[in-house]
Amino acid sequence: MTVTEIPTTTAATLDLTVEAGDGALVRVPAGGRLRIVDLHGNQAADTLLFDAADVRNKYSAFDTIREQGAVFLTTGSRLLSTRLDELAVITEDTVGRHDTIGGACAQESNVIRYGEHTRHQHACRQTFLAYGAGAGIGPREMGHNINFFMNVPVSAEGDLHFDDGLSAPGKYVELTASREIWVLLSNCPQLNNPCNGWDPTPVQLLGWWS
Amino acid sequence: MSLYLHDMPGGAAWSAPVSAGRLVTLTALGDRANCSMLLLNADRVDRLNIPDTLKAQMSARITAPMVLMSDRGLALASVVASSLDWHDCLTGFGSEAHLERFGATSYAADRNDWRRSARTGLVSELTKHGLDERDLHAPVNFFTKVAIAGDARASMTFVPGHARAGDSVTLRTEHDVLLVLCTAPHPLDPGEYAPSAVQVSVEVAATVAQDTDPSWNWREESARALEMSRRVLA
Repeated sequence: MTVTEIPTTTAATLDLTVEAGDGALVRVPAGGRLRIVDLHGNQAADTLLFDAADVRNKYSAFDTIREQGAVFLTTGSRLLSTRLDELAVITEDTVGRHDTIGGACAQESNVIRYGEHTRHQHACRQTFLAYGAGAGIGPREMGHNINFFMNVPVSAEGDLHFDDGLSAPGKYVELTASREIWVLLSNCPQLNNPCNGWDPTPVQLLGWWS
Repeated sequence: MSLYLHDMPGGAAWSAPVSAGRLVTLTALGDRANCSMLLLNADRVDRLNIPDTLKAQMSARITAPMVLMSDRGLALASVVASSLDWHDCLTGFGSEAHLERFGATSYAADRNDWRRSARTGLVSELTKHGLDERDLHAPVNFFTKVAIAGDARASMTFVPGHARAGDSVTLRTEHDVLLVLCTAPHPLDPGEYAPSAVQVSVEVAATVAQDTDPSWNWREESARALEMSRRVLA
């Protein structure tokens, strides 16, 4: 994989560590670059994008994968909205592929997947709603998210499963905003499957824009 | 006992509240049918969640006897019968941009044969219920298959001729729902504009025997979602 020179000598506009199970809401102007760094490896970073000018114009996982003709996201993937507007493009990816069909964990979906004993475990949907409120993003604005660093293989037979991540400490993905966007991130607290290597860890957000 | 039949022409959108405990059968009245479905809980906030439905049942397609699950972990409906083993749920619905290749169209020129996208039709139906584009969500595209390759990107390819006239799928509503349907052509269908009509039949479902019902016995996850809906309706 070709990785262009990382401008580590340029001071980042944003340098934010998001602890395990926490979230972030970041406004990125058109042309701004946002890097999500998997500091400890195998950490799912559940991510939603919104047009900052109108949050009804939200990231659409299934429009995105249909228009690119492939399930996995990687460098070059155009992240489209429900109006088919390009919200951002993945411009760097040192992992190779990312999921966008596996959705986010919720208390209620944890109950279905793992049983009633997980009802009161923290989940991504709460983080999305808590941090999204600051931009007027509520349950109706929620969409189906990207899971950066998560590995959800699908087969020609139509099966799907969650697998150990392909990521590793220090791997990252970088988005370039095509218009001014909100990036709503939940650093996944899931303890019941391998999406976080069974041990949720921090991710770092680095942003460059003027 | 059939309660009613409704024929949707190709390229049309329609919505109906449906009570829990009904069988909703969609039948393709022609070849190359596509019927995109949105499904909302009667509370109009909770709605079909395709990612949760897929990961809970380890599937990348919809078929019998899978349970269709909501954001809040309820079983909205079960797929109790299907003549096809694959209904697409990964490729969304078409927008006006997907109809441009068929040329200009308008009501003035084409009357009721004018071409409108699934997005336009679905939003139009949502609006009637006080909803709007925020309430759009990933649909099931009944009668359509988009195959997944085993390559590094999991490439997707539309499968022509997947459904034929007479193919059908039956849902059992597990909750009071708002059913929103659109028969616009699938955006990846490379053929000419000739969307098929779909017949909708609604009837009363028989009492469910949990110990033998295929959906209750499909996976533990399916049963837990059905149990959560049973508790709400109890």
